[in-house]
Amino acid sequence: MTENSSIAYWKDTLALIRNMLIIWFVVSYGCGILFASALNNISLGGYPLGFWFAQQGSIYVFIILIFVYAKKMGKIDEKYDVHED
Amino acid sequence: MGLQAMTYFVVGLTFAIYIGIAVWARAGSTSEFYSAGGNVGPVVNGMAIGADWMSAASFISMAGLIANMGYGGGLFLMGWTGGYVLLAMLLAPYLRKFGKYTVPSFMSSRYYSSGAATVGVLCLLAASLTYIIGQMTGVGVAFSRFLGVSNTMGVYIGMGIVFLYAVFGGMKGITYTQVAQYCVLISAYTVPAIFISMQLTGNPLPQLGLGSNFVGTDMSLLGKLDMVVTDLGFGKYTTQVPGSLLNMFVYTLSLMIGTAGLPHVIMRFFTVATVKDARYSAGWALIFIALLYTAAPAVAAMARLNLHATVNTAVMQDGGDLFAAENSIVYESRPDWMKRWEVTGLLKFKDLNGDGRIQYYNAKSKDADFLAKAEAAGWKGSELSVNRDIMVLANPEIAMLPNWVIALVAAGGLAAALSTAAGLLLAISSAISHDLFKGIWFRDMSETQELLAGKIAMAVSIVGAGYLGLNPPGFAAGTVAIAFGLAASSIFPCLMMGIFSRTMNKEGAIAGMLGGIGVTMLYVFAHKGLFFIKGTEFLGLFGGKANFFFGISPNAFGAIGAIVNFGVAFAVKNMTPPVPEDIAQMVEDVRIPRGSKAVDGAH
Repeated sequence: MTENSSIAYWKDTLALIRNMLIIWFVVSYGCGILFASALNNISLGGYPLGFWFAQQGSIYVFIILIFVYAKKMGKIDEKYDVHED
Repeated sequence: MGLQAMTYFVVGLTFAIYIGIAVWARAGSTSEFYSAGGNVGPVVNGMAIGADWMSAASFISMAGLIANMGYGGGLFLMGWTGGYVLLAMLLAPYLRKFGKYTVPSFMSSRYYSSGAATVGVLCLLAASLTYIIGQMTGVGVAFSRFLGVSNTMGVYIGMGIVFLYAVFGGMKGITYTQVAQYCVLISAYTVPAIFISMQLTGNPLPQLGLGSNFVGTDMSLLGKLDMVVTDLGFGKYTTQVPGSLLNMFVYTLSLMIGTAGLPHVIMRFFTVATVKDARYSAGWALIFIALLYTAAPAVAAMARLNLHATVNTAVMQDGGDLFAAENSIVYESRPDWMKRWEVTGLLKFKDLNGDGRIQYYNAKSKDADFLAKAEAAGWKGSELSVNRDIMVLANPEIAMLPNWVIALVAAGGLAAALSTAAGLLLAISSAISHDLFKGIWFRDMSETQELLAGKIAMAVSIVGAGYLGLNPPGFAAGTVAIAFGLAASSIFPCLMMGIFSRTMNKEGAIAGMLGGIGVTMLYVFAHKGLFFIKGTEFLGLFGGKANFFFGISPNAFGAIGAIVNFGVAFAVKNMTPPVPEDIAQMVEDVRIPRGSKAVDGAH
């Protein structure tokens, strides 16, 4: 792996992690805590929305985030030809 | 079959399975002992992580905690799941690529010194030992409640079972028993939850039931619960916050970082074959964990509503008067499950106003209107004290489910405690045999000798953990949360900087770990006493006020410790010699998946 492609690979990786962690932060600390009381004015079925994010929604989003990350990371690995086998 | 016999039968059957697996999966090499041979599939590993992770605290206590805390209980749900996002993206794939058996051996190579490894081992032991105390007491409690043996006997039986499969099977035995234990604990948790959700909302899925209407009304279950608890003087269920919003924020962050820094969880990622598998197995782990964690808030809210409905019949009437004397149930005609749990002391009744009826409400309410109504109704204080663990343990009885379900809950609680204890014991014993013995003290040990040392270290750890379980330090109940603080403030920042900073050197990493864990311990000990010994609290040094640092509780302090760790590490790094060139190269190698090999023990 050349110096340049190694720098580019790491840059892409960090960008992906950054984007994922922004969503991670927004759903849990944002929707689940900081803005929960405002979101509670909206209902999701019988759930106040802020409460739902704190006790249900953030967990579902976390799962999706990990699988999206794993898939996209696999693509980045292949793009820079550093994948296994 | 009677309840007792049924419980013995179900628990005995699960134990026979665990021992059977132990015999089948004996560890014959250090590779099998530390990393199960390194070829566990991502789904199987995810399931094992689920059992490894979900402890007696998750299984028995969490729903009860949420039932009391309401909305604020979400901090446990988010904190104990959000850490997997950090683990999947920041640590697991890179540590798997590095390819060594233990967490301290990464520190030893990355920070090119046995000093860093020694500090790492100490932090690991501090976090894991604190954590295991809670598991062993949990084993004792579960045995004594369900099987009618003494607490002490329960701990001995638990030690015996773990000894059988952990000492002989190592990581290999633990992995496959954890898979079996996951299946037991998840069915034990979800079966009662489904029945109760059906009864209260008509929706079999607890996750949807919690957001559905209360049966026979057009009012949502949560709306009903909010109304009942506020009418009885408690905080509003869907909005009550523990301490301040800042405290909840920092507490959640501490649990997330702590989750990602717990060595017994990180180690499980060394058992998969590739970096790619490490990424996916974090996702699978979270799916398996979420099955319980998304059901828990439903169990919590429904059990809370059930409890209020049991003692005050007005809850189930349309527009019923909670304060009408005849609506509080007569103590003598209370349901059988209450009688059974009174025997254990988890449920206590004291007839304060001498009317023979049970009044259960928040006597410490600050609402003058409510207190006036309670006064007018002749209530002289809340007469029922309810241990939070009942919310899960008595759930099947409250919902009048058959005996086999109650027996299954017993087996589930034991599976949760035993699987986590085994994972922790492996982390502890491998740190001793691999990092201290092989890595620092006796470098020329052969593989056979190291395997024997590992098994002996495991046996000694089990005895030590059993001793701590039987003689827990004064403050056992809160220790699990503190373990997360210790891991968050020491191990997580050190590993993360080792991967994401090419320039972090050994002086910075060591000073960071010591600073982070030091400040966290200082804050915890100031509140709870030196090493949790009562009477040695030294809050007076800091003005004498509890939670003196911006109202943050000691359990939530790990995130602050982590920030201190990062700060100290970078400050010290800038004042000390730079990292050697070959280490910077090693960091480059760790960052790409290509060239990953089976984990090994080379130093």
